[in-house]
Amino acid sequence: MAGSNPSNLKYTKEHEWARVEGNRVVVGVTSHAQEALGDVVFVELPKVGATVTSGKQFGVIESTKAVSELYSPLSGKVVKVNDALTDNPQTINTDPYGAGWIIELEPSDSKELDGLMDASAYENLLKNS
Amino acid sequence: MARRTPLNEAHRRLGGRMVDFVGWDMPVQYSSVITEHEAVRNAVGLFDVSHMGEIEFTGPGALETANKLITNDLSRCADGQAVYAGLLNEQGCFVDDVVAYRFSPERILVVVNASNKDKDFAWMQSHAEGVKPVDRSDDYAQIAVQGPKAVGLVQRLTPVDVSKVGTYRFTEGQVAGVQCIISRTGYTGEDGFELYCAPGEAEKLWEALLKEGQQDGVKPCGLGARDSLRTEMKYALYGNDIDDQHTALEAGLGWICKLDKAGGFIGRDVLAKQKAEGVKRKLVGFELTGAGIPRHGYPILKDGQRVGEVTSGTMGPSVKKPIGIGYVPAELAAEGSTFDVEIRGRPVSAVVVKTPFWKKS
Repeated sequence: MAGSNPSNLKYTKEHEWARVEGNRVVVGVTSHAQEALGDVVFVELPKVGATVTSGKQFGVIESTKAVSELYSPLSGKVVKVNDALTDNPQTINTDPYGAGWIIELEPSDSKELDGLMDASAYENLLKNS
Repeated sequence: MARRTPLNEAHRRLGGRMVDFVGWDMPVQYSSVITEHEAVRNAVGLFDVSHMGEIEFTGPGALETANKLITNDLSRCADGQAVYAGLLNEQGCFVDDVVAYRFSPERILVVVNASNKDKDFAWMQSHAEGVKPVDRSDDYAQIAVQGPKAVGLVQRLTPVDVSKVGTYRFTEGQVAGVQCIISRTGYTGEDGFELYCAPGEAEKLWEALLKEGQQDGVKPCGLGARDSLRTEMKYALYGNDIDDQHTALEAGLGWICKLDKAGGFIGRDVLAKQKAEGVKRKLVGFELTGAGIPRHGYPILKDGQRVGEVTSGTMGPSVKKPIGIGYVPAELAAEGSTFDVEIRGRPVSAVVVKTPFWKKS
């Protein structure tokens, strides 16, 4: 859904988003991702305190038909996970940029943010994919 | 290029998400798998199953010829009755699972899986003693109308009194002005019909069902919902739960194998021996008690050792639990038995439960 991606977020080519909140970053998947996945039925979350690496897998998202990997947009430490997704994984379908957030990170290198796309670059990627 | 059913354009107009399914361009979903699944459980859903194959035996001896190829017994059926059956190899394992329709002793129609059609036809040709099979797959489109409101919907479109068509019985007549085989069958666990018609008329029938079904909340449904519905019933899917490596008894489908029927069937003797000796592994239904979703191919572990394999699994939209089907050693097959399913390297606990997973309340 080009045009519906919030302009205050950063995006990865694997369809995750990152929102900077002070010295922390909230991470989720884009509306395009949830639409492509279909009904989300399970999310395997990392543990709080786990270390994640930019571009590497940090979790798994499962829809009715497919198992997909979640890739971290940044390196750092997981400080919060969205436990509500355990009981209501479909929140990712209904509110991917809000209540459907997945993890919160303390980034180890904020310069990595510069490597992510802004909303218009992400929308171009969707148009050309 | 993938083959297209006569409803391909209709699927695209409805926004179906198309995928390659065993060489056919088919919709996996239109809106959402869960929404479509629930429509079938609570109202009515339409499935395009035109990719299924139809193989016909006609003429004197048709019944005897076809009956020797399948495990169930058409000689015990009335005309206008259908049976679920297996085609087995000499080892008692599945070549395919089929539905055989007895129009008369001189006309038998065997409906086979799309993925197996060519294999089945060749197998039937080489094993048929008497009447030769004819591949009629290009002469039939098929629409499944499934759900508690299916009978009412079809009834409003036909002069035939469909309430008189019993389960696994069929008749012929016009639905929405289209000549159909009207069969009280399906693979969702719900009441309903499978309507067979000429390919050129399929779109007319599909559109009429969609339009007339508006008041019922009809939804076009894709392969995704078809899979979750049949999994909740523990109905076997060829290539997942049944194949040429597992016998009909191991699959729990002994009930479709009439070991005592006159003339027997291919694979019968292996099954008779296995029945006398007991099977060593069984296809069971289980629920995950730990977190995750079982999927086809995941290992089943007992005390850390691989003892079996998941053949189907999903988050059951109606049962609202992660459920699975898989082969386990016979000693682990009883209800309440526990084992682990290995999910991405982690053992997740599971328990064998009574099936079907879902029952109408």
